[in-house]
Amino acid sequence: MRITNAPKLDHTLTLGIDIGSTTAKLVLIDDGEVVYEKYERHFSQVRQKTIEMLQNIRHLLEGRRFYASISGSAGLGLAEAARIPFVQEVYATGEVIRVLEPDTSVVIELGGEDAKVIFFKGGTDERMNGTCAGGTGAFIDQMAVLLNMSVEEMDEASLSHTRLYPIASRCGVFAKTDIQPLLNQGANKADVAASIYQSVVNQTIAGLAQGRKIEGKVMFLGGPLYYCRGLRDRFVETLQLTEETALFPEYGRFAVALGAALYGISGGEEFTYDSLLDCLIDSASRATESSDRMPPLFETQSDYEAFAARHKKAVVESRDMDSYTGKAYLGIDCGSTTTKLALISEDKKLLYTYYSSNHGNPVEIVRAQLEEILTRCADHIQICGSAATGYGEELICHAFKIDEGVVETIAHYTAAKYFQPDVDFILDIGGQDIKCFKIRNGAIDSIMLNEACSSGCGSFIETFAKSMGYEVQDFAEKGLHAKAPVNLGSRCTVFMNSSVKQSQKDGATVGDISAGLSVSVVKNALYKVIRANSAQELGEHIVVQGGTFLNDAVLRAFEMELGAPVIRPEIAGLMGAYGAALHSMRFETSGIVSLDDLKQFSHKSTQSVCQGCGNHCHLTINTFADGRKFISGNQCQKMVGGKAEDLPNLHQIKRDSLTKLKPVPGERGRLGLPLALGMYELAPLWHALFTELGYEVVLSGLSTRQTYEKGQFSIPSDTACYPAKIMHGHMEALIEQGCDTIFYPCLSYNIDEHASDNHYNCPVVAYYAELLAGNMDGLQSVQFWYPYLSVDTPKQLAHTLFHYLSQYDNTFTRREVKRAVVKGFAAYETHMAAIRNTGEAALEFARRNGKRIMILAGRPYHIDPEIGHGIDKLANQLGFVVVSEDSVCHLAQPQKVHVLNQWTYHARLYRAARYAAEHDDTELVQLVSFGCGVDAITTDEVRSILEAAGKFYTQIKIDEITNLGAVKIRLRSLLGAIEEKEAST
Amino acid sequence: MSEQPEYVPFTKDMIGTHTILVPTMLPMHFKMIIAYMQTFGYHLELLEKSGPEIPETGLKYVHNDTCYPAILVIGQFMDAIQSGKYDPDKIALIQFQTGGGCRASNYISLLRKALAKAGYGNIPVISFSLADIEKHPGFQLSVSKLRGMMYAVFYGDLLMTLVNQVRPYEVEKGAAQRLADKWTARLGKELGKGQTIRYSAVKANYQRMIDDFARIPVEKRNAVKVGVVGEIFVKYSPLGNNNLEQFLTDEGAEVVVPGLMDFMLYCVYNNIMDYKLYGRNYKMYLASKAAFRYLCKKKNDMIRILKEDGRFKAMTDFEHTLTLAEGYLGIGAKMGEGWLLTSEMLELIESGCKNIVCTQPFGCLPNHICGKGMMKPIKEHHPDVNIVAIDYDASSPKVNQENRLKLMLANARANLAAESEQAQTEKDPVTV
Repeated sequence: MRITNAPKLDHTLTLGIDIGSTTAKLVLIDDGEVVYEKYERHFSQVRQKTIEMLQNIRHLLEGRRFYASISGSAGLGLAEAARIPFVQEVYATGEVIRVLEPDTSVVIELGGEDAKVIFFKGGTDERMNGTCAGGTGAFIDQMAVLLNMSVEEMDEASLSHTRLYPIASRCGVFAKTDIQPLLNQGANKADVAASIYQSVVNQTIAGLAQGRKIEGKVMFLGGPLYYCRGLRDRFVETLQLTEETALFPEYGRFAVALGAALYGISGGEEFTYDSLLDCLIDSASRATESSDRMPPLFETQSDYEAFAARHKKAVVESRDMDSYTGKAYLGIDCGSTTTKLALISEDKKLLYTYYSSNHGNPVEIVRAQLEEILTRCADHIQICGSAATGYGEELICHAFKIDEGVVETIAHYTAAKYFQPDVDFILDIGGQDIKCFKIRNGAIDSIMLNEACSSGCGSFIETFAKSMGYEVQDFAEKGLHAKAPVNLGSRCTVFMNSSVKQSQKDGATVGDISAGLSVSVVKNALYKVIRANSAQELGEHIVVQGGTFLNDAVLRAFEMELGAPVIRPEIAGLMGAYGAALHSMRFETSGIVSLDDLKQFSHKSTQSVCQGCGNHCHLTINTFADGRKFISGNQCQKMVGGKAEDLPNLHQIKRDSLTKLKPVPGERGRLGLPLALGMYELAPLWHALFTELGYEVVLSGLSTRQTYEKGQFSIPSDTACYPAKIMHGHMEALIEQGCDTIFYPCLSYNIDEHASDNHYNCPVVAYYAELLAGNMDGLQSVQFWYPYLSVDTPKQLAHTLFHYLSQYDNTFTRREVKRAVVKGFAAYETHMAAIRNTGEAALEFARRNGKRIMILAGRPYHIDPEIGHGIDKLANQLGFVVVSEDSVCHLAQPQKVHVLNQWTYHARLYRAARYAAEHDDTELVQLVSFGCGVDAITTDEVRSILEAAGKFYTQIKIDEITNLGAVKIRLRSLLGAIEEKEAST
Repeated sequence: MSEQPEYVPFTKDMIGTHTILVPTMLPMHFKMIIAYMQTFGYHLELLEKSGPEIPETGLKYVHNDTCYPAILVIGQFMDAIQSGKYDPDKIALIQFQTGGGCRASNYISLLRKALAKAGYGNIPVISFSLADIEKHPGFQLSVSKLRGMMYAVFYGDLLMTLVNQVRPYEVEKGAAQRLADKWTARLGKELGKGQTIRYSAVKANYQRMIDDFARIPVEKRNAVKVGVVGEIFVKYSPLGNNNLEQFLTDEGAEVVVPGLMDFMLYCVYNNIMDYKLYGRNYKMYLASKAAFRYLCKKKNDMIRILKEDGRFKAMTDFEHTLTLAEGYLGIGAKMGEGWLLTSEMLELIESGCKNIVCTQPFGCLPNHICGKGMMKPIKEHHPDVNIVAIDYDASSPKVNQENRLKLMLANARANLAAESEQAQTEKDPVTV
């Protein structure tokens, strides 16, 4: 390649080095001609790789003077230590564009862990991904591993996709949560691959463009965009680009290195081959040893031996399958990333076990295993019971006529009891979930599952090991003997990518990182999920299990963190399967598929969209050889047979009453109310008020996924809660409906229900209108009203509203505004009274019919079908009468709490919790939006109110994630726990 | 379940016996306030420990989704209590509390919970609040106490301004900070003497400080100016922002940080708005109006002295700051740093400081709106500004923050170079 229009390159030799998070790139330009370029993975050996690459071009450099500079996110430390000029990589990209494609309007560059969008037109503006490393090359690598494909295969497959699934785009963990069920349900890999790419595109647009439209000539740079054709297609299609406006230059991978080469000249520092090499070699001595290290996992070899010997004791005996005759029981644990099977004898010994990654197709794996087992059972072993558990439980049960499905938590408890009859605490870290539960009086007392943001722990270590070129066992082994483990913190594991990058910069070894990751996984479990202080608080008899604990480094880190020994059964990875097998011992005979049927077995999965209601669930229909079908992906039972019992559901009733607010033609024009955030509370008030004032009041309606996508372009802060982000789509919808005016007021204070010290809204509900006004260009075509108002008293509201309205229209009279306000408040009161009455009626219904009651509590906007993901209906399916917090809180006294009680919605929560605490037949499940800062306060309080009364506390974190599978496990576990508790008393 | 936290009042007897621990925020301001409080018999001690064990300790005792400042402040307290340096029966803790709609109002409750959890439920936690949320017989704010603290804040703000304007140009590295430390000690001593503070003496001190700083030898160079705004704790506390000021200084930038008094004025002004917008609390409105006028006048005096002297750039007067958010967001947005955050960005731009770091704890609710939410409109009106938002939390790695800061600085330097080139061409018009 020749660069013609950069005079400073004339008669000059310049070297650009770009060290990204995973790859190193080298570019050499001689008199405007690119004479050498190289792209290699550096496997975190940053300095060594650079030296090696430099040595490879010795013949091109020797005897000449040249400029050089380093760029790239992992290059900073090296540049500083080696005293070589450094240029920030986005800046370097900008340099290149200005020289090579000056009419480019936007650059999108994806790297290993970085994503950047640079705007050139209308004020240069450069954006990089912040604390979130999702949606990048590393993410694509991880996803390929999940699909059990190489990156190339995944790309190839994606080209033949026929449909796209919604996959959460914010970070890899969320995406995994979405992808895994799709795979378990047998979705087509081509479609999944393309959907993964689409999620990267969404991430880039939502996370980085932040309100600026990507248009004009767009250039795509960086490795992933160079290699993945499917990804390019997704970008081009989503951004509606053409061949002329979408540029994928040949030098896409080298853009930053080119920029570094250009910058080197301006930097003005000249090198020779030897001087540059010396700088790099010398840098080793100057590299600052990171201060952030921890003590090794084992001080001495004998410590290690004692540890190993102690854990050898927790074993289940095996029996030879071929010589055994008698009854046997089968347990299948179809987990998110692995499939486990255990066949046990009548005396609970292991006859046969299997543990493997499910390679995205668990059905086939189970089929092959069953065939093997049934063949070997022949006539001498009778399988008398079988049970399946885990994510794929339902599918496996249907496919192979397994006798029962067992909730994961119950399966694990059953297994743990075998090892430690007094077990009072179980911690299970699996492929991507952390589960832990306390056992009190022989019943599961509280269950904690990891919240969406810290899952992915076990598979994270695995993926990381692979990315560094190790098998997970070797990786763990290295960690065990590491001298100075790196402190990687205890946040969501996805963020650790960046911490690891930093530690590599500081010269950490693979072992140090491996040990550090193990400690982080443990800290995540302890401080994010369990939030414990000490081993005593967890329990006296702790059993740990799950595949991740087979990693000795993790096990050791856990014991060190606790300061106490724990029991890890030798079959830590098989505990779900073993527990399921034990559980199935209550059967006399099994209806499991026969060997003959199995030989005929075939399984086909197809996709379709349910037309039963507005949700349009994406269904995966599994058809088996004998014509049986299994449908998944449905949020309700309506269209898939099996009619659910019609139980009261306050969420549904509230939704219905809001959608009944219809426009009445009015002479003042059409006024829109976005049905999101605080509008879910006050819509009846504003609707009646503005209708009375002569407006045709239109509501934006309930949200769907499309609502969110419609507005995601203008979201400036990606870490805000989903209910806020979806607001943008509602505004767009109202603009589309031709509203002249849109109304969403700023309300520092909410309705005062006199049950708290003050009655604030949270900052997001209170002022989100300000953000909308500042970031949504579409609002310039309408009148957007967002006055600061008080809903304390009708008088105050009438007063301020009149003044506000008069600015726009002087025909308003004080009296008519006052009358409208009175009407508005009356409508609101009627609405709330109806909610309370229906709430009471629902409670009465439940008690009359002996149904369990669930207060599905949260904030008013959590009833939105897209935000709540149909959890209310799921609870109905499980046999609960569902009420909302605002329909029952009036039945309890205000609750004394240990935090400031000055938010209206919080006060309701506390009272609803009190109601649940006071009633045996009532459970409370709290919905919490990811990113909701104020709910970090309420959750602890609600928990302590419930636990003080001996009740379970269940919290469900919700976000863009649409996977109900995990929620279902949560609710079923709760149900199982309640039943066990009732049985034991 | 651990025992539930109880509210333990700080009694009058404790004044003589207890050491009150104060978390780090603005070291110079806080040291002077601490020295001043000795006048009334209080023994306060500023916690200055930083390092990874602080957030780590915090994470053990606070809900991990709580904002980063709470994790740090509580981590610092718990670390100090467990250090063995203090007799747990002879200490008290103090924490600022606004009582606003941001969850930060709950730091105190979280701190009490943490104490109870660790078995230190007996340690009194004093709520330092003008909103009168709790009663502590041994720690009551009087007009005279507040007046002294006010001067400590003014002194601190002036020192911060002076130090920031000298540091990037000083010939001898560290000279400005040394002088600031000297003044902090001297003013603390003066305030702690227990004599009535005469305003004329305060003003004379202002002038002396200015003179002293003007005497530090400097070399002229074109430094990039970088303003820092954001959530109050991470904006000011080196513990909270990974030593941001130091980083920027090392990169050769002149750091501009709006003063603490602006935040106080903002809090006072919100009470005025509460009445104006929502008709709440007329008495508070009247008192706040008077306090607002009084504080503005004091601040303006300091500004006048700086302006008349002319050697240093004066801060912006608050009545003007108040008008800046107009057209961006309403000054009713009063949670967290609220409208002040937006105004401060605009104030910086107006004063010629077009490179801005907007700091916030990860997931800070008010900053979604008043920080990140206002960047687009600000950039539309001022295409030449260079704003970077930096999120801080317990494990977002420094390398990412620094990378983003480096990008901002690279752009800032390029802009500066272009500007001075342009200024040069304007000065020497090319003759054809």
